[in-house]
Amino acid sequence: MKWAVVVFPGSNCDEDAANAIRAIGDPVDLVWHQEADLSNYDAIVLPGGFSYGDYLRSGAIARFSPVMNAVTQAADKGKFVLGICNGFQVLTEAGLLPGALLRNNHLQFRCEMVELTVRNNTSSFTSAYQLGEVIRVPIAHGEGRYFADDELLDRLEAKQRVAFTYVGDPNGSVRGIAGVINERGNVLGMMPHPERAVAAWMGSSDGIKMFESIHRTVEEGVYAR
Amino acid sequence: MRADPTPNQIQSEKLYRQLGLTDAEYDRVLERMGRLPNYVEAGLFGVLWSEHCSYKSSKAHLRKFPTTGPQVLQGPGENAGVVDIGDGIGIAFKMESHNHPSAVEPYQGAATGVGGILRDVFTMGARPIAFLNSLRFGDLDDAHTRYLFSNVVAGIGGYGNCVGIPTVGGEAVFDPSYQYNPLVNAMCVGVLPAENIVKGVASGVGNPVFVVGSRTGRDGIHGATFASAEDPNEKERSAVQVGDPFLGKLLMEACLELMATGAVVGIQDMGAAGLTSSSAEMASRAGGGLELDLDHVPVRETGMTPYEMMLSESQERMLVVMEKGKEQVAFDILKKWGLEIGEIGRVTDDGMLRLRFGGEVVAEVPVEALVDEAPVYERPVISLYQQPGLNVAVPAVEEEPADALLRLLAHPTIADKRWIYQQYDTSVRASTYVGPGSDSAIVLVPGTKKAVSLVTDGNGRYVYLNPRRGGAIAVAEAARNIVCSGGKPLGITDCLNFGNPEKPAVMYQLAEAIEGMSEACLALDAPVVSGNVSLYNESQGTDIFPTPVVGAVGVIEDLRYVTPNSFRQTGSTVILLGEMDPSLDGSLYLEMLAGQAAGDAPRFELSEEKKLQDVLYRLIRQHAIRSAHDVSDGGIAVALAEMCIGGEMGARVRLPAASLSLQDSTVNEPAFRAGMLFSEAQSRVLIEVGTDDAARVLEFAQTRGLPAMEIGVTGGQELTVEVSNGDSWLTLPVQTIADAYKQALPDVMEVPATQQVASEQQLG
Repeated sequence: MKWAVVVFPGSNCDEDAANAIRAIGDPVDLVWHQEADLSNYDAIVLPGGFSYGDYLRSGAIARFSPVMNAVTQAADKGKFVLGICNGFQVLTEAGLLPGALLRNNHLQFRCEMVELTVRNNTSSFTSAYQLGEVIRVPIAHGEGRYFADDELLDRLEAKQRVAFTYVGDPNGSVRGIAGVINERGNVLGMMPHPERAVAAWMGSSDGIKMFESIHRTVEEGVYAR
Repeated sequence: MRADPTPNQIQSEKLYRQLGLTDAEYDRVLERMGRLPNYVEAGLFGVLWSEHCSYKSSKAHLRKFPTTGPQVLQGPGENAGVVDIGDGIGIAFKMESHNHPSAVEPYQGAATGVGGILRDVFTMGARPIAFLNSLRFGDLDDAHTRYLFSNVVAGIGGYGNCVGIPTVGGEAVFDPSYQYNPLVNAMCVGVLPAENIVKGVASGVGNPVFVVGSRTGRDGIHGATFASAEDPNEKERSAVQVGDPFLGKLLMEACLELMATGAVVGIQDMGAAGLTSSSAEMASRAGGGLELDLDHVPVRETGMTPYEMMLSESQERMLVVMEKGKEQVAFDILKKWGLEIGEIGRVTDDGMLRLRFGGEVVAEVPVEALVDEAPVYERPVISLYQQPGLNVAVPAVEEEPADALLRLLAHPTIADKRWIYQQYDTSVRASTYVGPGSDSAIVLVPGTKKAVSLVTDGNGRYVYLNPRRGGAIAVAEAARNIVCSGGKPLGITDCLNFGNPEKPAVMYQLAEAIEGMSEACLALDAPVVSGNVSLYNESQGTDIFPTPVVGAVGVIEDLRYVTPNSFRQTGSTVILLGEMDPSLDGSLYLEMLAGQAAGDAPRFELSEEKKLQDVLYRLIRQHAIRSAHDVSDGGIAVALAEMCIGGEMGARVRLPAASLSLQDSTVNEPAFRAGMLFSEAQSRVLIEVGTDDAARVLEFAQTRGLPAMEIGVTGGQELTVEVSNGDSWLTLPVQTIADAYKQALPDVMEVPATQQVASEQQLG
């Protein structure tokens, strides 16, 4: 399978994501934000960083980037889209995922290792995990407080679209949500950084299973359910 | 557009004083030029001959630093120094102060400090891989200090997090001496191919010169603020530049891409004094001249005068000299990154900096006169320094050791710095092998199996009490931290933060600290490759503690040498390398007891230090050591406590008072007890070794003439310290000491700052 990692002006976790993908043996291209065609790729990562400086609102400018049309088309075709941190913010701004990311409730940037509970292990992104498993993945964000209204939250939970919740409370996210999946099951956004948890010396290698889950789904020819 | 004063007015009305020139300096300019300088020319001299650009007070002393060695690929004089870690890889690094701006506008002052040092490193052609920062603030009980502290931390994070370089280490010290004069020293480290160092030289007659990055605005022009008659506080604050980390990130990527083409002849950051210093210094290094057409400088607003363009300190700009014929390469790459680019001139060989504007020559000055002939002052140095701590009255020790230990652990200088560094992205680039909180940070070097060990260190209290010894300790402790972590020190960068150089006592501190640092650099083979000087750190006539801060870089040749600084296994033997010493000279404990810095600087012998580092270095390579921790602020007791907290296990320690040949009656005297526990005598490290290895390790040290003694064993849930006659000095649960250590900063900072974060844009 072939991966693309989108590079917006201001992306800064693009190389880290590409390195994590290379670590599971898959080929990956870094794709500049002006690219309008992503049809060659099976999975697309929107990496962390500060796209366009995040000056208006995190992800608010990036959604208008030329590459986002291609991302939307790829999602429509059932290909996999993984948004990490700023990538998650972009996906909510673009309407590919529900909800919004607000400023952390303590108003500070927060970088630390956190524990996550796996709430869904049937998705294409999380199949390598056990349900209820607690994994360790670092966060690094200032605007990571997930927010949605109760009706939406109830629906997300009922459909197992909450992928991960925080064991602790690093940012005030509603119902502790750290990552959500779209209705079709082929778009995942999460604030923690799985690409920074792919070797024991990083303090955790739990993130590697996310890339392996996607790899396995694509290689077994099973596109989204 | 405002009309500039005429050359005659500048002379007769002594307007040059507003431009920063003294009467004597102005006379020198007249003599050198053979005519009256116009306003732009006088401005060029004023800014380039300023303390900040010319180092005129410190230059005579800075020459004493050792700056060479086989590992040095680039010494002082370029945008950053470079050391060789082997395999064809160079490590570029530099530390710079941003104290004055941070005192008036803490968020932007700190942010632009980070941005500036970032540009200094990537202009060498290096890919930045880490930031560190060294901070000094006053007492956190003061609301204004909390405002400065919280905003400086936010500003460092605001810039560093956005550009995607991890902030992996540093230090923060809190002392009333810095109440109105915080110190913000930022260090950046980058990696580059050793044979591809890019320099700040404008060479090759006819080569084109470009301004790239941000547009030039009126921000940071000192002349403009001097000329207006508003509230001085307001003036100062508006003179602080505002950083744009997003532009900084794009500029970094664009410049690295541009330099990778091989078509860049020279490049330099437009930092202090903007276009003036970058153009004059680049021409000076090449021994040539430059002709610039200011009509082609991309500007933010209309009506900017040549003076304003030359003096602007707008951030995120670079001056680039390309090979002739490769202009389009520059235009294409800058366009890709959406940045401004203006071709503003060309390299000449007539040795003149010539500026044109509106078709006229508006300034024409010999480059040599601006840069190489800047004044050098041998400022008066007092012959006898009254060591200020020697006669300080110290009250009797009454506190129980356990209480004193808890109080030290909760002192913000010692306490856990998580409150600070969790606001920094410490793990972006996924190469942070050891992040903040260890003796040194360790960052993997891309493309190799090696890593670099990075640390900042400096103790102003020691330098104040004894400038020469304090200076030496700053270098020794930085190097020691690298050795403790498993590295080999290669070189240092320094920020010399001192008070007013016109005071002979301050000049004594500066001169002697440099002597002490130089001696330690030589002995420990850690030459100075870059740095800066920040003077006039005074307010209301009171100078800060003289504070040289050392940023050191070492190489970890093999990741198996990486050594943690907290206990790893229960049942290990704890060994003290170095001497037991009950003297409290210069210690934080004594300062807390006396209410001010007291005594001499702690005991320090360079020969002992060298022996210690040599033994520790070798033991780590024999894989004999499970963990190692430097004994510094708070002495052996605090070092033990930190090893317990990090390792989440206790230790039972017995200090060999008998080894000091003291009578039994002295052993339990409170002052002796406090000294044994809290002395900051130098050249000491605690190590954890396997019980089976202990005899061999002790013997190894002793055959090399290094005192070493077994002092305890790890395990349990308590830290207990007793003396060799069996009396117990303290017993504390690890949980209790951990709570004191970890809660101190969050508790004090829960009191809200007096102002919210100045800029709330940079969040990701």
